[in-house]
Amino acid sequence: MSTSPVEPVENVLEQPVDSKYVFRSKKGLNEDIIKEISSRKQEPSWMLEKRLASYEIFKKKPIPKWGPDLSALNFDEIIFYIRPEDYKSMKWEDVPDAIKKTYDALGIPEAEKKYLAGLVAQYESEAVYTNLKKAWDSKGVIFTDMDSAVKEHPGLVKEYFMTKCVPAADNKFSALHGAVWSGGSFVYVPKGVKVDIPLQTYFRMNTKSSGQFEHTLIIVEPGAEVHYIEGCTAPRYSISSLHSAVVEIFVKEGARARYTTIQNWSTDVYNLNTKRSIVYENGIMEWVGGSMGSGVTMLYPASILRGRGARAEHLNIAFAGKGQYKDTGAKVILAAPDTSASIISKSISKDGGKSVYRGLVRIGSNATGAKAHVECQSLMLDDKSSVDTIPIIEQFTPQSSVGHEATVGKIDEEQLFYLMSRGISRDDAVALVVRGFIEPIAKELPMGYAVELNRLIQLEMKGA
Amino acid sequence: MSLLEIKNLHVEIEGKKIIKGLDLTINPFEVHALMGPNGSGKSTLSYTIMGHPKYKVTDGDILYNGESIINLGVDERARKGIFLGFQYPMEVSGVSVENFLRTAVEAKEQKDVPILAFHKALNKRVEAMSIPRSFLDRYLNEGFSGGEKKRNEILQMAVLLPKFAVLDEIDSGLDIDALRLVSEGINKLIREDRLSLLLITHYQRILDYIKPQFVHIMVDGKVVKSGGYELAQQLDKMGYEWVKEE
Repeated sequence: MSTSPVEPVENVLEQPVDSKYVFRSKKGLNEDIIKEISSRKQEPSWMLEKRLASYEIFKKKPIPKWGPDLSALNFDEIIFYIRPEDYKSMKWEDVPDAIKKTYDALGIPEAEKKYLAGLVAQYESEAVYTNLKKAWDSKGVIFTDMDSAVKEHPGLVKEYFMTKCVPAADNKFSALHGAVWSGGSFVYVPKGVKVDIPLQTYFRMNTKSSGQFEHTLIIVEPGAEVHYIEGCTAPRYSISSLHSAVVEIFVKEGARARYTTIQNWSTDVYNLNTKRSIVYENGIMEWVGGSMGSGVTMLYPASILRGRGARAEHLNIAFAGKGQYKDTGAKVILAAPDTSASIISKSISKDGGKSVYRGLVRIGSNATGAKAHVECQSLMLDDKSSVDTIPIIEQFTPQSSVGHEATVGKIDEEQLFYLMSRGISRDDAVALVVRGFIEPIAKELPMGYAVELNRLIQLEMKGA
Repeated sequence: MSLLEIKNLHVEIEGKKIIKGLDLTINPFEVHALMGPNGSGKSTLSYTIMGHPKYKVTDGDILYNGESIINLGVDERARKGIFLGFQYPMEVSGVSVENFLRTAVEAKEQKDVPILAFHKALNKRVEAMSIPRSFLDRYLNEGFSGGEKKRNEILQMAVLLPKFAVLDEIDSGLDIDALRLVSEGINKLIREDRLSLLLITHYQRILDYIKPQFVHIMVDGKVVKSGGYELAQQLDKMGYEWVKEE
């Protein structure tokens, strides 16, 4: 990814720390913190009420017992809201060396490093973004941060924000998110408008587009099209140990949305997200995701195919290295006739990493003519690592079809021998096989991301 | 000095003795054919020369340019100029032929190879070999016909330009047209790039296209008879029983 010339990192990092800004964010969660978040954001009262109601649900909901062990997650020790001034109290020296090295290896520009490292909340915008924004505005496309949307587009936010797609009561972490959400993006594409350049949060790093509880709300009106790209391949360092985002996408009649994300939080982070789309008649939803970092990840993008002929495609790649537990997959509910879904999920495990595919395909009783295909492929690079596949398929109408294929395997020594017999070192041969393994997903990524993903995987392979 | 010198070689796989005292010497720019019945150890020999980890050398030595290579890794042997043409080339999904070839050339030259320059040179190379350009974008051997896989082996050789190649039944599974194309590719390398060759085959047929100066017959882990081209012809007429009986 390119960047504009901005202030060198040293200048910002070496700024004297004003004593009144010394880092003192409160740990734990209570009503006062929620009220403080809301008032600092100068939110309307209905949003505060929504937050408080979500908090009540959060307190009652149990921690999920299935999946990875979350018992070490202590809500009293988590910082739920990082005030903009708190960023200034962090220093470059506080960023772990491993992350700094990866930034260097990826050739990340200095200015971007400090943003990624969580040292600054703001990042200089690119001139290109300003021009793009003009074009979007003229078509009625809204692309802004979620905090601004609450104030500027209250009608849309009230109707769609954590109401029918991901209500707070969905799960413990969506409830928590409803209480403490901050940042994220709001996208609205009017009827029939096709946005030909992907909307990238990267363009908007200058605003409060990301954080530990970011909320993304995308509304694609009938016949409209959009491709939204979130996240970044470089590792993100977080002061907090919990990241719990919510993504809600509405794909109306005949519309098409693609959501691409690569996440790479530092490995001490619990990454527990809820991402879901509702797809109406003949709409198409495509999820393309790469999950690189974090310690524990739970991520199952969901598509609810509500209208006849709606279609969902899920492509996911997860990399589990040392100490990482990737519990990822997809969930598709085919709730109308002639709906179809395709899920391709791949995982790579190395150095004792664990990856689990957890998927649900449910074909409702009225979904005649529905078709679903699930393909899981797991690659283990050593004996210490492990993989598991938990595909659940529920078929409530016989007039539908579901296919499922799963392959789990260690890297093929004969393949390596073949590649090495051409002079390629063992490490490079392994990297080549792995690159080939992720190619079906990498080729769906925008060029810059694909290149970075490949480089990042090469780095992970070398244990950087 | 000999290019390849195999002395009293003994090889086991999973405790089973396959090669039992084999001697073979190949000088620079020579073409040798190694023939023999199924199970005589021909493929084992080719894997052993390349250094497959499953094949254990229990005695003897393999010298390449006068140096022992039996303790070298597979990739190190390849970078010294040894090539193995596989009877069953492996498929590697998601890796294009071009990407793979560039990676191999980078490994051989131990430096980055500019993508565009390589692309142009490679296109010329495949055209000269009457291989369609689209071949380069396909994933390595995936969905290739038997003939395409073998031609891909020759293409790899033409790009990497090894000094010495073992071709393990490069003729198996080829129809007569594919056999002619593959043979032409090999002959060009022998003629223009001075490739030395050990051609392993069951059948005399390919030797009509690629004429070896030396023919060896391997039975039960040893070379039992060596001679010139006429030995192959004799073998074709009389079969392996004749050698075994002698």
